[in-house]
Amino acid sequence: MMDKFTTLTAVAAPLPLANVDTDKIIPARFLKTIKRTGLGVHLFDTLRYDADGKERAEFVLNSEPYRHAEILVAFENFGCGSSREHAPWALLDFGIRCVIAPDFADIFHSNCFKNGILPVRLPHEVCAMLMDDARMGGNARLTVDLARQVVVRPNGEEIPFEIDPFRRHLLLEGLDDIGQTLQHAQNIDGYEARRATEQSWLPAITAQA
Amino acid sequence: MSESRPRTLFDKVWDSHVVETLPDGTCILYIDRHLVHEVTSPQAFEGLRMAGRKVRRPDATIAVVDHNVPTTDRRLGIAEPESRLQVETLEHNVAEFGVPYVPLLSARQGIVHIIGPELGISLPGGTIVCGDSHTSTHGALGALAFGIGTSEVEHVLATQTLLQKPAKNMLVRVDGTLGAGCTAKDIVLAIIGRIGTAGGTGHVIEYAGAAIRALDMAGRMTVCNMTIEAGARAGMIAPDDTTFAYVRGKPYAPKDAAFAQAVAWWRTLPSDPGAVYDRTVVMDAADIAPQVTWGTSPETVVPITGAVPDPAAEPDAARRAQMQRMLDYMALSPGQRMQDVTIDAVFIGSCTNGRIEDLRAAAAIARGRHVAPGVRAMVVPGSGLVKQQAEAEGLDRILTQAGFEWREAGCSMCLGMNPDKLAPGQRCASTSNRNFEGRQGPGGRTHLLSPAMAAAAAVAGRLSDVREMAWREMA
Ligand code: SF4
Repeated sequence: MMDKFTTLTAVAAPLPLANVDTDKIIPARFLKTIKRTGLGVHLFDTLRYDADGKERAEFVLNSEPYRHAEILVAFENFGCGSSREHAPWALLDFGIRCVIAPDFADIFHSNCFKNGILPVRLPHEVCAMLMDDARMGGNARLTVDLARQVVVRPNGEEIPFEIDPFRRHLLLEGLDDIGQTLQHAQNIDGYEARRATEQSWLPAITAQA
Repeated sequence: MSESRPRTLFDKVWDSHVVETLPDGTCILYIDRHLVHEVTSPQAFEGLRMAGRKVRRPDATIAVVDHNVPTTDRRLGIAEPESRLQVETLEHNVAEFGVPYVPLLSARQGIVHIIGPELGISLPGGTIVCGDSHTSTHGALGALAFGIGTSEVEHVLATQTLLQKPAKNMLVRVDGTLGAGCTAKDIVLAIIGRIGTAGGTGHVIEYAGAAIRALDMAGRMTVCNMTIEAGARAGMIAPDDTTFAYVRGKPYAPKDAAFAQAVAWWRTLPSDPGAVYDRTVVMDAADIAPQVTWGTSPETVVPITGAVPDPAAEPDAARRAQMQRMLDYMALSPGQRMQDVTIDAVFIGSCTNGRIEDLRAAAAIARGRHVAPGVRAMVVPGSGLVKQQAEAEGLDRILTQAGFEWREAGCSMCLGMNPDKLAPGQRCASTSNRNFEGRQGPGGRTHLLSPAMAAAAAVAGRLSDVREMAWREMA
């Protein structure tokens, strides 16, 4: 179901903001969908459009070549706020497959992996440098190589990054978490049986109590 | 894990729910209670359907509608077509997958984080998840409770487990006694102001100290609720007699002998003496005045006696630019006194402050006073049961006589997914938890504060120090 992530060479958009919250990535009024797709047009809605729905020329994703950006470079605490998976869905639907920032809010970070988006943590100074690279536009593509765990700058310099090995494996293979976990179904059965005796006081939830 | 090492509350709850530890340290963590609502679940049920999977433990799952629902007469149905579709989709899904459901017209309907504890579904020592970041609320009972994304909702529905790595332990100890007019909301805002919105990232925060012990369950839930605003996914408070007295007799809680057995286990949960925390923060409640936010991040907090800070005094250029952007959005100027800020709207409710204790605090201020001219003030109980209780105590009459609107239960203006929204440029004193740009409606401006402070702002027409207003406790 999930696309694999191996190597990505693409235009990177600079978003020099800290604390980009999920309300900013996708405002609540667009959460009324029952689908995962179609949210890309509302990505960064308030930053991207004015009150009349017209594009704000100064917003990075409204100009070439950043309309085709597949990488986003930002500052601290990216994705803070609500748990809405609509945030990575909106990024993905727009075409973003990788976000580079000094750090990420926990839930957003884990939501990215579930959707084939690679969040890369790099120190602030490195992000600032990549931000400058990204400002150079279409001729300056970044490469993110997950297998080798490096970001390659336009000048060829390679910057290594750390990533959880389990998450890396799932991304590289495009594996679904649920399928992985269900391989351990016997152990879940065993745990449930043990708990049912040890904590027999825990009531079942029924439609009416 | 060695049994002899002193363990924290978090360690104990975590250890008792690990099904299996995978070679890289990722754990398969068993989930005791899964709460489901209409906004973050449709794609999860759709995923199950496409993979031909079932809900593994419907008897550990409960669904409710809260985010989208109108807070006016619900027998009229939901006018907004997209909101209606989400609600109908959940109703269809719970029927198809056999999940227990609290319908919109039930007296037990309400915000998922209010009804979980209120119905006895959220219990001490358990693991509780929901596709909603404020699931941290339930940690007030001594549970490990955290928000998850929709893919994880699907994972829990299918397997009753999550793949997780253990968090780090952080202790926030609040010593001393709160002053009059100061509340749990002020404690948690002060904590966020101190450690910042990323201060708890990667940690589970345990709250302890005399000021936390002295809080009732409603106050403890307010504190744990806003833990996510400090970047930590979960907040926890060790269960004690206050907790057990609260849980006893709740509809889904264990009864009689089972309750006694449960309490015996719950009493073993508090952190061992000598347990080690990766980080410790100590504060004194006596230093905490009523708090209010000035910017568009919950960490931008000052005492009500304070003033809007000056970006020029901020040495870091990026932070300075961010502060300026916030001031522009909030239409405030450096040095402006918080008490001079006039408001257009007041919102009292949400999973942070929509409990009966919160409504009593608001009514104590509202009694015998009136909402200032030109201010729209709205009170939205957190659940149908809270609403019933408030009406039994006559709080609705006190509030409506004072000019407040009295609504049906739901998330309402906390995030403005239903028709309750701020108009662009409107300024709101709000008891909710997020003051992000546009959170309460596009262009709306939010100041976070306690219910008593919100009621005080409503009657004064500006942000005000509740301590300067006489109030009557509604015991
Ligand atoms: S009241 Fe607000 S914060 Fe709480 S669950 Fe509803 S929308 Fe989320």
